[in-house]
Amino acid sequence: MCFYRGSMNDGFPPTLEVQGRPSFFRGKHAGMTQDGVRRPTLTTMRKIREFLIEKIILLDGFACILFVLLIFFFLAKDGLALFKTFSLAGFFFGTLWNPLAEPPQFGIVPLLLGSLWVTLGATIISVPLGLACAIFIGEIAPRWLREILKAGVELLAAIPSIVIGFIGMTMLAPVVKIIFHLPTGLTALSGSIALAFMAIPTIVSIMEDAITAVPRNYKEGSLALGATHWQTIYRVIIPAASSGIVASIMLGIGRVIGETMAVMMITGNASVIPKSIFEPVRTMTATIAAEMGETVRGSEHYFSLFAVGLVLFAITFAINFVADMALHRKRK
Amino acid sequence: MNTPTPISAQQDGGSASLLGGLPHQGGGRNEDLTRFTDKIVVENLSIHYGSVEALKNVSFSVKNHEILGVIGPANSGKTSFLRAMNRLNDLEIATHTEGSIYLNGKDINREMDAEEVRKKVTMVFALPLPLPMSIFDNIAYGPRRHGTKDKKKLAEIVEKSLKAAFLWDEVKDRLSSSAMKLSGGQQQRLCIARTLAVEPEVILYDEPCSGLDPISTARVEEAMFELKSRYTQILVTNNVKQAARVGDRVAFFLMGELVEIDTADKLFTAPKDKRTDDYITGRFG
Repeated sequence: MCFYRGSMNDGFPPTLEVQGRPSFFRGKHAGMTQDGVRRPTLTTMRKIREFLIEKIILLDGFACILFVLLIFFFLAKDGLALFKTFSLAGFFFGTLWNPLAEPPQFGIVPLLLGSLWVTLGATIISVPLGLACAIFIGEIAPRWLREILKAGVELLAAIPSIVIGFIGMTMLAPVVKIIFHLPTGLTALSGSIALAFMAIPTIVSIMEDAITAVPRNYKEGSLALGATHWQTIYRVIIPAASSGIVASIMLGIGRVIGETMAVMMITGNASVIPKSIFEPVRTMTATIAAEMGETVRGSEHYFSLFAVGLVLFAITFAINFVADMALHRKRK
Repeated sequence: MNTPTPISAQQDGGSASLLGGLPHQGGGRNEDLTRFTDKIVVENLSIHYGSVEALKNVSFSVKNHEILGVIGPANSGKTSFLRAMNRLNDLEIATHTEGSIYLNGKDINREMDAEEVRKKVTMVFALPLPLPMSIFDNIAYGPRRHGTKDKKKLAEIVEKSLKAAFLWDEVKDRLSSSAMKLSGGQQQRLCIARTLAVEPEVILYDEPCSGLDPISTARVEEAMFELKSRYTQILVTNNVKQAARVGDRVAFFLMGELVEIDTADKLFTAPKDKRTDDYITGRFG
């Protein structure tokens, strides 16, 4: 600005009022606040700000990817170290997980099946319940009831998983034991039920958002053609909300498959291949949580747990990928 | 103006039962005989949204096979009246409706199901919004919901409806593509075809051309003329000229009141009420 000052005062006399400038620019800064001086400065400032903000946002975006890559890198580094001493086939097809045996056995099949049973059971229970609940809250319930139900669902989401595990262990497991005449109530089924209750809030709240986000005109258009309320929900609202519904189910499954504490308490933790949902199982997450504290850093056992973590990562990645594919195909 | 065509005579086969179906009418009231040509009778209709009175004690009738244009500035109660006609107001929690609407002599709020009313009195909305499915499925949606499963019959209905809405030639080769890809004017005619497919008796239009260019508007209006022989149509529009072009009779609403209803010729050339005159000459609104 100082650079311009001399020439400005020569070329443009400081007739501020004439140039439409507010009078508070008068005084010692009068000469500096002429149009010709101030405007370029403002635009440069703006440009710099735009530039900085854009770059910061760009960095934020890349940071997310960077974190994922770093996590994946360290997980892979320690996980793949297992296969220097233990065979790949023995890990993926081995039917025995016994790190303390001689020689140690790191067959992941029982853990995979354990996770699969629990997740499958929880999905089968939580998806229909969640869908029905979301439809009721989003479409059918009167407004006052809707608010109460939504608060209830959110409260359910707020329950710590350890509390659900605790209740599942002391209340649910004995009931399961009695109903199905089992030697123990700590089974995959009990785990599924408890986890279903943890997945339902996620499923319901996202599904309900998707359902209420369906344009009102679709609903009115359908009703105006004489369709009943249920026909409208089933034929128009659910298909229109399908991408959100799929996303909610996937997130629910993601929550279930990654859950650790509750399953560790409820599913019995027997690392044997389960023949049915009524047997105790041990999931991948529970194995990592239970054994990590006992391993020696850098040992084969230590690496094996990282390898399990790597498999878990691959599975959740695959679920997200499939969900993404489904969403994109729907949008076309 | 309202001389019934042969088709209408057929459709009104229920005329005899119509008389019996009017319990609210005294037996000896001769003037009620004029109701035979009345498709819709609105009696003392008032609509409140919460504390707002959208429609104030309105009474009039709509004749069989006429196009009734409804004009008026914003907030005059036009749309409220339309939504009351096919009971879409039921969806609003805070509405309170007084008075009655009779369709073929039957009280739509007390003697008919909402679905039955909406099947007979369908609506074309201001924003042409096809359902998110294919063109074919959009048209077949209504008939399917009412129990038509036969594919051949559905195809027939789709073709007939699209032809009646002047859309068939433009879309006949791509019936299975998404209806969302059509242009605005095509979407609006699709919405008209969609309502025709359920074989209604009355079609309500809620500013159907507000988002359309003049050529699309002309095509929609052409479709309306074509449909006159079979349907009773009510057209709510912000476009006074459109009401004059299309309407047989025109009703002028202002602040929830029915100011005047008359044939288009009379209303636009010699309005009885000064407010009507002011509105149509563009002094306000």
